[in-house]
Amino acid sequence: MTVLGLSRFQFAMTTVFHFFFVPLSIGLAFTVAVMETLYVAKRKYIYKRMAQFWGKIFLLSFAVGVVTGIIQEFQFGMNWSNYSRFMGDIFGAPLAIEALLAFFMESTFIGVWMFTWNRFKPGAHVVFIWLTWLGSTVSAIWILAANSFMQNPVGFGINKKTGHAEMTNFAAVVGNPQLWREFPHIATGALMLGGMVVVGMSAFGFMHKNADRAFFTRSIRVGAIIALIGSILVIITGDLQTLEIIKDQPMKFAATEGIYNDLKSPAPWMVVGFMNEGSHTAAGLEIPGMLSLLAFHKLYGGTIQGMNTLNELFKSENGKIIKNGIEHPEISNYYVPANVLFWSFRFMAAVGFAVLILAICVLWFTRASKNTLADSRWKLWVLGVCTYLPFIGTTGGWLITELGRYPWIVYGLQTIADAVSPTATVASLLITNIVYFLLFCLMGGVMIFYSRRVLHQGPEPEDAKTATAGSYVGAHAANRKVALA
Amino acid sequence: MTEFLAKPLIDGNNFLQLLWFFVIALVFAIFLFLDGIDFGVGMATRVLAHNGDERALYMRAIGPHWDGNEVWLITGGGAMFASFPLWYASLFSGYYLLLFIVLVGLILRGVSFEFASHAITERERSVWQWANFAGSVIAPFGLGMMLTSVIQGVPMDAQGNVHAGFFDVVNLLSIVGGVAVVFFSFLHGLHFLSLKLDENTSARMLNTSKKAYWIAYPALVVFVILAFFFTDFYQRRTKSTLLITVVILAATICGHLAANKKRGGFAFLASGVTLAGIIAFIFNGLFPNVMIATDPSKSLAVSAASSSQYTLEIMTIVLCCLLPIVLIYFSWSYFIQRKRLLTDNSPEAIKAALAE
Repeated sequence: MTVLGLSRFQFAMTTVFHFFFVPLSIGLAFTVAVMETLYVAKRKYIYKRMAQFWGKIFLLSFAVGVVTGIIQEFQFGMNWSNYSRFMGDIFGAPLAIEALLAFFMESTFIGVWMFTWNRFKPGAHVVFIWLTWLGSTVSAIWILAANSFMQNPVGFGINKKTGHAEMTNFAAVVGNPQLWREFPHIATGALMLGGMVVVGMSAFGFMHKNADRAFFTRSIRVGAIIALIGSILVIITGDLQTLEIIKDQPMKFAATEGIYNDLKSPAPWMVVGFMNEGSHTAAGLEIPGMLSLLAFHKLYGGTIQGMNTLNELFKSENGKIIKNGIEHPEISNYYVPANVLFWSFRFMAAVGFAVLILAICVLWFTRASKNTLADSRWKLWVLGVCTYLPFIGTTGGWLITELGRYPWIVYGLQTIADAVSPTATVASLLITNIVYFLLFCLMGGVMIFYSRRVLHQGPEPEDAKTATAGSYVGAHAANRKVALA
Repeated sequence: MTEFLAKPLIDGNNFLQLLWFFVIALVFAIFLFLDGIDFGVGMATRVLAHNGDERALYMRAIGPHWDGNEVWLITGGGAMFASFPLWYASLFSGYYLLLFIVLVGLILRGVSFEFASHAITERERSVWQWANFAGSVIAPFGLGMMLTSVIQGVPMDAQGNVHAGFFDVVNLLSIVGGVAVVFFSFLHGLHFLSLKLDENTSARMLNTSKKAYWIAYPALVVFVILAFFFTDFYQRRTKSTLLITVVILAATICGHLAANKKRGGFAFLASGVTLAGIIAFIFNGLFPNVMIATDPSKSLAVSAASSSQYTLEIMTIVLCCLLPIVLIYFSWSYFIQRKRLLTDNSPEAIKAALAE
């Protein structure tokens, strides 16, 4: 256990946990906004009940997302102070803009949205949830702008005197091609995830003995449509992002495909395989010609560089990774954790296609002429369990993104080992890791527990229209009304 | 224009560096003013509320706002990262465990609002209300300790790495500082609740605040004396430090008088000024440094800690464009929630709520 190892573990743990709730919040905010918009457009009370019911799950995920985001922000200073010193000139700006442009919008309007159901006309009230969604989506742009810089540094210079990176071109930082491949992939992934969670939870909802079938049928269809559109878009954007990565981070790409030696076109695609990270060889099941199709969208033209070639190339340049020109003679090799990347990629891609298929199935089984889904328990079970599926996808995505830049914290500029806080100690990191871990387990557990309970309580009954006056304080709602004087 | 921006104005700092030092102080002052409400209300849930329903009512009073209030802290952190990365790095890595404790407090508090509203049994709800209370005490105490420990000077190396030992963080002044922030947040929360709840509760809040103020005076005197001996503020920046001390004292007296006269609004403003005054006291004293080292030659100056001129320019443009918009909708969200909350099951109250 070293300071570096523990810091990396803490960062990974926080990012992955935080990133369960970020796409969930974005996706559910979108889904709820769609439902409330349907209410505004069609004036059917069921859509309002849907927006309020799924809004509860959204608020739960938002609460956990917010608190884990705070840790994330301060972690750069706490655990990675040398990184903050080296990179702060560039990295801090997107973070500050994120707070000003997005967090304020998100947090203010979520508060307004929660407490003003009876005080604004539906047409005005729906605007608040759209603004909340917009805030969370815009915040994704800025945090990814910061992350994209770590993947593909642009618009900067190194100050010779201090040795720190300095921003020279803000437009280039915001226009980073990595960002505009990463953001659409994540934004659409969030929609897919939000839709799929509504689908999966509705499936569990059907199984409850007093389930309101009409309510869950309509919910599952809205969820499935969003998941379907989201999954198609996430596959397309993922493909575009891969094209960018082949250019900017060929080592990351080679690892996700398990390629050690150069491949000439038509290159075969390894479906499943195992990489021996010691001897730098890979073995597995291959489909001839497929990789060229996937990577270049054509059979001929284009060589794919393998990890061995890339490693020699980076080494011979003495760490001067392509364009940045900073020497890092201390690095002995540039291999990334190939097995983790390979399998993360496969899980992530499989999730995208699985959601696509599931969404189509849901829409088919719940079609107006023959709606059979609610009576088929095995189908409901499959869908219910698949609630958790997209979270595997998001985790895979982050593992690829962040482990794929190993050994760099900022690609070609600073190594992870150089970035860690010099004052951090194993003891303090151990304490914080344990406490965070327990807190995350607690929050995740409570989140699932309350989501289940909300589901089992079901939506408010149809005739509850008049009973929603005022706002509830706590549980025994009927006895605990708070009126506004 | 660019010439002016690059020209050193005060103590070798150019306009933008001064501006951003001020902006960060301002953001933290606003944060303490606003989140002080939430911390204080969180404390009042245990100190004053009679039962779980009343606690829930108090929490409801800040329900629409606490999240937005906390964003000022996130903005402060982000702005510090962007404009003074070396300060951000030294401060947060140097106060590792203390900041961690603050974060745990903020986490507990942050999830408790939502979780408490999902609780069914009284016992279950009480768990989250305790979490809210704990977070509302831990977070301001930790922040107060951090702020008052920073001003005493900490062991720092030439790279700006803070090697703070236990007694650099936990000592007489820092404990008094932590308690002061907690205490004034509590008063501030009481004053806010007096504006948000029905007349009876409101009177009860101000009564408590009236009595609590008698603790404030000796505490302030002790704080001033300790600050005189533990820091060089009164020696190095005599006039401004004295001025701010007087403002804090005056605000405290005004708050007390207002609470006495049952003027919740004035009391609220006064306690807010006291809280913001603490930040002003600290930032004014720090200047022209952002971190004071025990070996003065290693102190981190504003000019040395700042970002490049280019980044500061970009951030200034962004700030000027966005802050006014944020302030407008932020105030609006308070404005639309300005009505008092009643705990009442009477048909009239429900009818009134329905008529909304």
